[in-house]
Amino acid sequence: MTEFLQHLVNGISVGTIYALIALGYTMVYGVLKLINFAHGDVYMVGAFVGLYLANAMGVEENPTIGKAVVIFVGSMMICGALGVVIERFAYRPLRQRPRLTSLITAIGVSLLLEFGFQLPSIPHLGIPFPPGPTPRFFPEIFTRVAWEPAGVHISNYDIVSFFLAVGLMLALQYVVYRTKFGTSMRAVSFDAQVAGLMGVNVNRVIAYTFALGSSLAAAAALLFAGSRPRIDPLMGLNLGVKAFVAAVFGGIGNVPGAMVGGLALGLAEEYVSGYMVSSYRDGIAFALLIVVLLVRPAGLFGTFRPEKV
Amino acid sequence: MRALRLVSQSLLPFVAGLAVLSMISKGLSGSWAIVLMVAGINIILAVSLNVVNGFTGQFSIGHAGFMAVGAYTAAKITMALRFVQIAGISSDASDQLFFLLALVAGMVAAAVAGLLVGAPSLRLRGDYLAIVTLGFNEIIRVIIENTPFLGQATGISGLPRLTNFVWVGMGVVATVVMAKRLAESTHGRALLAIREDEIAAEAMGVDTTSYKVRAFVIASAFAGLAGGLLVHLIQLCTPRSFTFIKSFEVVVMVVLGGMGSVTGSILAALVLSLALEGLREVQEFRMVMYALLLIVLMLTRPTGIFGTREIWDILPKWGRHRAQGAAGGSP
Amino acid sequence: MDHRPEARAKNDTFCIPYYLEVAMRFARALTLATLTAFSASCQSKQEAQPAAPAPAAAPAPAPASDKIVIGHVGSMTGSEATFGTSTDNAIKLAIEEQNKKGGVKGKQLVLKTLDDGGKPEEAAVAATRLVTQDKVAVLLGEVASSRSLAMAPIADSNQVPMITPTSTNPRVTKDGPKTRPYVFRACFIDPFQGTVMAKFATEKKITKVAVFRDVGNDYSVGLADFFTKTFQELGGKIVVDESYKAGDQDFKSQLTSIKNKKPQGIYVPGYYTDVALIARQARELGIKVPLMGGDGWDSSKLYEIAKGALDGSYFSNHYTDEDPSPVVQDFVKRYKAAYGAVPDALAVLGYDAALVAFDAMERAKDLTGPSIRDAIEQTKGFQGVSGVITLDADHNPVKPAVVLGIEKNKPHYAATISP
Repeated sequence: MTEFLQHLVNGISVGTIYALIALGYTMVYGVLKLINFAHGDVYMVGAFVGLYLANAMGVEENPTIGKAVVIFVGSMMICGALGVVIERFAYRPLRQRPRLTSLITAIGVSLLLEFGFQLPSIPHLGIPFPPGPTPRFFPEIFTRVAWEPAGVHISNYDIVSFFLAVGLMLALQYVVYRTKFGTSMRAVSFDAQVAGLMGVNVNRVIAYTFALGSSLAAAAALLFAGSRPRIDPLMGLNLGVKAFVAAVFGGIGNVPGAMVGGLALGLAEEYVSGYMVSSYRDGIAFALLIVVLLVRPAGLFGTFRPEKV
Repeated sequence: MRALRLVSQSLLPFVAGLAVLSMISKGLSGSWAIVLMVAGINIILAVSLNVVNGFTGQFSIGHAGFMAVGAYTAAKITMALRFVQIAGISSDASDQLFFLLALVAGMVAAAVAGLLVGAPSLRLRGDYLAIVTLGFNEIIRVIIENTPFLGQATGISGLPRLTNFVWVGMGVVATVVMAKRLAESTHGRALLAIREDEIAAEAMGVDTTSYKVRAFVIASAFAGLAGGLLVHLIQLCTPRSFTFIKSFEVVVMVVLGGMGSVTGSILAALVLSLALEGLREVQEFRMVMYALLLIVLMLTRPTGIFGTREIWDILPKWGRHRAQGAAGGSP
Repeated sequence: MDHRPEARAKNDTFCIPYYLEVAMRFARALTLATLTAFSASCQSKQEAQPAAPAPAAAPAPAPASDKIVIGHVGSMTGSEATFGTSTDNAIKLAIEEQNKKGGVKGKQLVLKTLDDGGKPEEAAVAATRLVTQDKVAVLLGEVASSRSLAMAPIADSNQVPMITPTSTNPRVTKDGPKTRPYVFRACFIDPFQGTVMAKFATEKKITKVAVFRDVGNDYSVGLADFFTKTFQELGGKIVVDESYKAGDQDFKSQLTSIKNKKPQGIYVPGYYTDVALIARQARELGIKVPLMGGDGWDSSKLYEIAKGALDGSYFSNHYTDEDPSPVVQDFVKRYKAAYGAVPDALAVLGYDAALVAFDAMERAKDLTGPSIRDAIEQTKGFQGVSGVITLDADHNPVKPAVVLGIEKNKPHYAATISP
């Protein structure tokens, strides 16, 4: 029973991170119908920005709540800006083109970030940027506290991640369904051209969507790296694919779907590798996804929109 | 008359190809030979994936998975027949015959895998199909890593070096002939119709799922061929050669060349393979340059190098297209 | 300002000339590529055919005979770039030092490194290019067996000796039952290193062990398999065998299962990049038993990330930096001076592979492939950083392994185990 509960805690802890990244995929997909392959790498950048900020403020020696807030806000803002820049230069010029075209630039941006961060550092810059391929230690941004009720290990990172993820999801749900920005976002998602004719500033809506999604990725990166303190330039590659799977699993374009998809994937992986064969962990996540897609072709929460003839 | 056309269009390229390739391969140095062979294998991959992604407009990102199926099948066969010789012919000729057998078996195995994956999943549209093919790619890798018979993470080593310039060249010819013949057939027209408008195609009586599955199976078979050729070139068959990153590389070639343009795929595969080779000198900066190249190429030519057209659609009418482009009319 | 020791901080030029130099390299590469593309056929006449079956008549390697080119195939980009750059740094250091001492046979050495991006097919292409275009005297590389296996046949058929620093798979130097004549290595092979830890664990009265392997890495799988085999022969019991994948960040599900089986030790034959995280998460879950591993652990990064979580653990290695012998101490000092970090196992073995090659070239009667090959094969009692290297009939070095224990986040010598 203890083992079962421990797996539950672990699975939720990983699942919330998948969910936070999946939210970014899902929002961008919702408005642009584009799989933003660079999203996993924005997540990676978020972790490194956090590292630079933490080192500059000496968090490793003396972590305080104030510094943690600065790191979160700073990293989320920089990643948000990065998201906007990527959209402006790599996706917007191709928006009227077939979607596969933007997909290639997305892969290009992804490679650029991954391998750009693997370059040797520029000398005399003060900070080791680019960080190079060697993994780095990520300091705890707030002090880790752990409890063991009934032998189940649970830390404040797990709890903060979970409530932050749920909170952000609810906030996002509110934004999408209850605000003017959300209404224009849904309008753009439904038909960008007509939304434009109705007076929605399509470019601005899309830019904000990227900023929002990218800052969520940064938050996920800080929470994940804070409790699993190794970061490297390729850390977003596999996690990005997993989060994408989670987004599709829940029904891409759907906010609660991403949340549920992320948690479901995290728990599925956890129980499969815990109780069955751990070497099949990656394979089973995908197998599960394929089965779900064959039964519900639009994901768990997705609605199949019939196409007009 | 019809037989004559069949010969000229299907058989002639092989005969001419064989002659030309043997001539070229004699004058080729070691490093150029291997660079061109890898590029040739990439051409096979790009042109075959173009049948699914370009002709049919479906979005598959699991080509490396089918490559793996073909590669492991072929590798297992050549390893089993390594010390066997057909009576009455030389040992070399016997090896070559066995190699042909192994490649064909690899193609068949990959085609069966294509059918198994394609039949249920091609009902899915767009990105859902993408994720299923990606998932298949990962599942294949995980299975290989867990199967002692397939050598797990180390793979199968000590394969004989049977792939040479002529084999790869003939593989390219076969793939291109397949793609060209397919594009000009009724079958190909149906695929193009699906790409342009799936609903309209269905309304016109095209059995879309069945055509899509057939295109998928054909593409998978040729991916299997590429896999078989690759592992007998590097004499090693490991799951590392068939990750989803390899699949992405092939998708990039197809889109860059232009969706549905066979010559475009060929050119893109060649350009990217040679660019990566030339960039090897700059070490850490290599992939950064490659990434920039991709972004810039895509931004400047969003429809790919040739769009949906072929090179001969463009060359003789170069001037006219220019004039049209200047007048603001894009085709 | 936090200045972490940078692996590549030795570049003390300003950033602009540095990146300018790279741009120049890039431009040169492009020109080269285009030029050769158009003159492929002309060039072929000047180049010797590879695999010319006449070892006695093999031409001298470099036409510009005042320089000897050493080739290195390494993963300078991709998921294993950190290992590739470590090895490359060490080889660079070895070449600089050798050149200061006057080179080999009075000739200066030049290093040519080609990136393979961590892919076997690219390693094959890179090796072919180094051998046929650059006419390297010796081929060094690759870190991982999966790439070395793709390079080995090329070294053989072109009669260029190849020394792999860290590929531990026994099959690298083998072609079926035969030993590959031109392929050598500078490291232990899996069967030996797996055995070492099994013996050590048995001596420590550990009888129930969990194995936690990196399923996508042949190094890890090889060590785990041989450890399991020997440990069971010695009367031990493997209570559970779990897997992870390099680059994973969460290992808690497997560790929770391991914890439940109550082992007395966990064998984790992976790379330091993952082991540090595994150790932390094991401690978080309340697993207090020692972890055990192989030379993949050896890096200062391990302690930087583990932060004490590995105290009480053991791993097998080639050397200890506490070894007072001047070869070891000098190397550690020079490497630190050049790159600002303690060398990891990959650097040590890269350095040794280069030294073995220089030593053999010095002894060889001339600088053709077959003569160098013969000289390498006769390497006996050569004092490298990783120990005294004597190559056996299978071209593997016979040298004892040391076991290091970790206390207070620092490695200490614990035992020496001979083959």
